[in-house]
Amino acid sequence: MNLAPNIDLFPILAAVLAAFCCGLLGNYLVLRRLSLMGDAMSHSVLPGLVIAFMLTGSRAAPVMFLGALMAGITTVVLVELIKRLGRVEPGAAMGVVFSVLFALGVLLIERVARNTDLDADCVLHGQLESLFWPDGPARWLDVLHPATLAAVPPQVWTLAITCAVSFVFVLVLYKELRMAAFDPALATAQGFHASILHYALMVLVAGATVAAFEAVGSILVIAMLIVPAAIARLLTDRMPTQLLLSTTIAVVAAVMGYLGSIALPSAMDKPQVNAAGSIAIALGVLFFVAMLFGPRDGVLATAIRRFYLTRRIALDDLLAALYRHEEGSPITSRFAPKVYARARRSGLVMPGQDTLTEAGRQRAAELIRRHRLWETYLVHRAGISADHAHEPAEHLEHLAEPLPSGGPQHDPHGKAIPPGVE
Amino acid sequence: MTTSVVHTSRRPSSLAERPEHSADSPLSIHAMTVAYQRKPVLWDVDYDAPPRALVAIVGPNGAGKSTLIKAALGLVPRATGLVEFWGVPFKHVRERVAYVPQRESVDWTFPVSALDVVCMGRYRRIGWFRPVGQAHKRAAMACLDRVGLADLAHRQISQLSGGQQQRVFLARALAQEADLYIMDEPFAGVDAATERTIVQLLKDLRDAGKSAIVVHHDLQTVTQYFDHALLLNMRVVAAGPVEQVFTPDNLQKTYGGRLTLLSEAAEAVARAGINVR
Repeated sequence: MNLAPNIDLFPILAAVLAAFCCGLLGNYLVLRRLSLMGDAMSHSVLPGLVIAFMLTGSRAAPVMFLGALMAGITTVVLVELIKRLGRVEPGAAMGVVFSVLFALGVLLIERVARNTDLDADCVLHGQLESLFWPDGPARWLDVLHPATLAAVPPQVWTLAITCAVSFVFVLVLYKELRMAAFDPALATAQGFHASILHYALMVLVAGATVAAFEAVGSILVIAMLIVPAAIARLLTDRMPTQLLLSTTIAVVAAVMGYLGSIALPSAMDKPQVNAAGSIAIALGVLFFVAMLFGPRDGVLATAIRRFYLTRRIALDDLLAALYRHEEGSPITSRFAPKVYARARRSGLVMPGQDTLTEAGRQRAAELIRRHRLWETYLVHRAGISADHAHEPAEHLEHLAEPLPSGGPQHDPHGKAIPPGVE
Repeated sequence: MTTSVVHTSRRPSSLAERPEHSADSPLSIHAMTVAYQRKPVLWDVDYDAPPRALVAIVGPNGAGKSTLIKAALGLVPRATGLVEFWGVPFKHVRERVAYVPQRESVDWTFPVSALDVVCMGRYRRIGWFRPVGQAHKRAAMACLDRVGLADLAHRQISQLSGGQQQRVFLARALAQEADLYIMDEPFAGVDAATERTIVQLLKDLRDAGKSAIVVHHDLQTVTQYFDHALLLNMRVVAAGPVEQVFTPDNLQKTYGGRLTLLSEAAEAVARAGINVR
């Protein structure tokens, strides 16, 4: 795969800038559970574009940007109004607003702009490919020439400015935005009006949506607003890390997706595919990977934790059964040979026989103590009858609570509670 | 301690002729009506909170207890009425009033630590745009220590128990170093240790000359924990020192018709009879 600046420089730059500002602002949508807002914005800018064109007859970038921005702000205001007056949940309010506005945009394009090159397809899929720079240099080193600056397409400028504004906004208002997102009531009571911050943020989201979608299309804008933030949510519990991760992921996915749209088809001797689409798919793949391998709630991490917990409980239950056997009760449950084997390997059960070692007896005594203390508690404090206390105590004994010393000497069945070790 | 029983039977005077109230009262509410979607939730509320006292707001579900607080703080719009804190509008004394919302009102999976949340109590002092400095972090840490959570400061808040989360909220209010603490159901669903911590904290605050107004749902403990009570059911049923207003008659008026609650109330009054100093 060969990248040449005259072909790939500006598309990559546009994708990266769009990814950065959407990935950054999207965090606040995801954290405030307003993910659908990205969807709403990116769809409802369409009528804004068409109306701006109808009013001015121009397709110049500033006109389009303003029209779309007005539409974005209208969306925010309409959603708030419908939420308040229509008594519907936020998701429904956003769904109503953006679908109606989008439909209006489609109708207007058909009626008014039939003979122009406003095209619903471009709106959805974007036109990264239109940013090619036919007269540009063919070598990457020549890009550093000052003349390059003059050749930067307006879409890339708009994106760069939006990125800068978003970055400064989030940096300067970091603590205010965080409080307003976490606890709007407290923020407002303290004089940091949550609704004003919300509107400011939404205006920026509208700006970012508009700036980005001219280059990458509305589908990718939705993906970039939501998916990087959602991925970061799976990977961290810290706000700064969340912001850093989501922007990094967005940028990486943009580059990965763009390169993939060239490299993968060419490896199979097919023509290049739509870059925006492959970036969105790259984001989807990253999300899937994070879902499987996330450190905290990842599918794999959960499975591993569950595996070790099951193993520990089986071992604990075996030790407890052997302890009770020493007290004279028969062993009623059957334990897999591998549980015995593990207990012997850990030096808790004597090799070759079914008796506890000293270490094993100590651990079993602690466990039995937990069990019988819980039984005592359940019977005397929680009012559970003595013959029903064993089952819940069987679960509770495995909790890693600190073990109290002292206390009763006998459980409700009259069995001795092993003394606590100091 | 100065006390005053508000006579709610009289029609509230119009705002023009209302008597100048004491600038000593941490919260004065005059003729406040609040409506959601044109359905009134609070009707003509008149109330003056006594200074340096612990006040319980008591009433059945839907009585408008939380709404009273939120409307006073300007978090929900008031249809009519005037609210003043120490004789001036809220916006001039924001830093003197700490608000503890209901625990369920926020998303506890939010990516912040306990210390981050407590630091939010100091944002007003820090001001717009400035980052949270070390001195403020130390102050927040001291507040976490006061509620016994210093060693959990860096835990993400979803890893705390319900009681611990409530204590984080209290620590955040303490971090504000306010003079009036307005709390919405701080005792709801907390463990015994947290309940003791909150009660002790409230007493400490009062001993330090501060006031607290607390929405409280447990009639059994009103007389034990609080000096004053505001019995509310859309209107103010009665307000004043607990031993004067916490009567079967008033409770009947507040909870009227709700039989199970009524018997609970009767029981509470019986207990109160034993506890009266």
